[in-house]
Amino acid sequence: MIEGLNPGFILIFGAVLIPLTSGIIRSAVTLILPLLALAQLYWLGLGSWGHFDFLGLTIEMTRVDPLARIFGTIFCIASFMGMVYSLHVKDTMQHFVALIYMGSAIGAVFAGDMITLFVFWELTAISSVFLIWASRTERAYKAGMRYLIMQVSSGVILLGGIILYYQDTGSIAFTYIGLTGLASGLILVAFGIKAAFPFLHNWMQDAYPEATVTGTVILSAFTTKLAIYALARAFPGTDILIPIGGVMTIFPIFYAVLENDLRRVLAYSLNNQLGFMVVGIGIGTELSINGTAAHAFAHIMYKSLLFMCMGAVLFRTGTAKASELGGLYKSMPVTMVFCIIGAISIAGFPLTGGFVSKAMIQSAAGNADMVVIWLVMLFASAGVMDHSGIKVPFFTFFAHDSGIRVKEAPLNMLLAMGIAAFFCIGIGVYPDALYALLPYEPTYHPYTASHVITSLQLLLFAVLAFTLLMRYKIYPPELRSTNLDFDWFYRVPLKWLALAIGRLIVIVWTWIIGIANDVVRKIITTTADTHGDGKVMARTTASGTAVMIVVAILGFVMVFFYRYAQQPPAS
Amino acid sequence: MSNPDDKKKYWLDEPKNIDKIYYAVLVLCVLIAIPDVLSLLNIVYHKHIEFQMENIFEFYSLYGLVCYVALILIAKKLRKVLMRSEDYYD
Repeated sequence: MIEGLNPGFILIFGAVLIPLTSGIIRSAVTLILPLLALAQLYWLGLGSWGHFDFLGLTIEMTRVDPLARIFGTIFCIASFMGMVYSLHVKDTMQHFVALIYMGSAIGAVFAGDMITLFVFWELTAISSVFLIWASRTERAYKAGMRYLIMQVSSGVILLGGIILYYQDTGSIAFTYIGLTGLASGLILVAFGIKAAFPFLHNWMQDAYPEATVTGTVILSAFTTKLAIYALARAFPGTDILIPIGGVMTIFPIFYAVLENDLRRVLAYSLNNQLGFMVVGIGIGTELSINGTAAHAFAHIMYKSLLFMCMGAVLFRTGTAKASELGGLYKSMPVTMVFCIIGAISIAGFPLTGGFVSKAMIQSAAGNADMVVIWLVMLFASAGVMDHSGIKVPFFTFFAHDSGIRVKEAPLNMLLAMGIAAFFCIGIGVYPDALYALLPYEPTYHPYTASHVITSLQLLLFAVLAFTLLMRYKIYPPELRSTNLDFDWFYRVPLKWLALAIGRLIVIVWTWIIGIANDVVRKIITTTADTHGDGKVMARTTASGTAVMIVVAILGFVMVFFYRYAQQPPAS
Repeated sequence: MSNPDDKKKYWLDEPKNIDKIYYAVLVLCVLIAIPDVLSLLNIVYHKHIEFQMENIFEFYSLYGLVCYVALILIAKKLRKVLMRSEDYYD
């Protein structure tokens, strides 16, 4: 263990070993690196290291405080799970960029100043896009491009915000910022892009379902939770985050109900879960920040688990579309069990991770008498029951039998799912282990009779609603489709506009070139007309005539100056 | 992938077992609704509340049911507006 080393660097530098190794050694390296990073984190303890001055700015490479530690811990565990899940992959590039991506996300969490944060922030963007491109399809290439544009924009806006913030305050320390003006506004927008705020969210639903089987699992854990961490650090108690988070909990669930691609359903569901965390940050009390941190932890577990299950289904059957799947419980029973654990966990049934974490945010809204957002989150909780709790497992493993018969998921995938499922249940059964990691003193007790009963009432009656809607054939069927979302604006009219502007530029350019050509041609023809062979300016003259002309000019000049130039000026 | 020789009958293949699940859900819902009745009569269970509306009889059950149905019905309407063919963007 190295004194003061940011744990993220262990993964980033360790990634260099990937192209140099192969087979079992490479597998060992990919598994050991996240564990080393976790060991480094706990060996360091709480504190701050790596201070130096750079161009007059105070850089703080490593800072470990309780808020950073809980996010760093879950990132290390998620890295390990992601690596176990992708053990079967024989793709040097994917392993390499995955480690850099995970390492830069962990590095960003422990960045003590905003320049270090910015560097890691951009590195997550640039490395992660390769996990999308690794699908090596036309769709993935285009989706990856759109993803990269959004992610890099986030970084550029962040840098602009940091520069303005430095001008205003003379500090680049990454601590509480608060929404006060343009500088902090830009920083908030930069975080908001990565946190998938409404209207800034489509990069996620667009790109995540196009990534590789393993890539989506890895992507889903880091980028957005890094943004949640950054928001919790810099903008706790910022009122505007409450309505933003409220909208985030609501609108994606409608899309999740309609969407056919189950990995896209999970991306919408991820967006909805981020909404709960953003609300928690907006409320800004100790309980709600604890709730956000705990929810991020539990969420990474069950969301990874669900993405892993859908990834395994995609890996075996070649599709993740609800309209094509069904009846898979017959051939993938173990995956089904894990998927149901993930589903009840995200829905927040008692004895699961979702129950002990989301309740803190709900309760914080109640304590603060915020009745509207309290009702909104309760509605969203019923919605989560539909799209992730019921829809994902039901249409994959049950519903009508699609006739697809495949092998159970590979062992390493099952193992990774097992780890995630263990945490989902473990956190729910023994929440104190998670609560001990929280940034503030844990005061919340999830297992009261009232809380257990009211949660079960909400969820079971939602299940009842589903069974009734299915029985009376009101539940909308799964259809192969594209559902228009905000990305329509930049994928249709904006694209049309960009192409039109492009055409206009071509027209204007051809016109300018045409005119320039004409001018040059004119000059050439005029020159040829006057100076060309045998033309006026090119005619040769006999020496006698030339002498005559010179003498005549000389005579004229002499007469002229003799007659006029010698006279004194008129007084 | 598809194996037509797979003749094994599963428990869920039987339509009457689907009905069993349906009735099981109904029974579960009735069971979980009971505490609110007890709370109304002040026996054993008392709801811990933050807002007055939570005192409404079966507030959480009704809210869950109504929200879920509303969500699905609104989503069905939205589908008419939002749905395009799968290769819409290609």
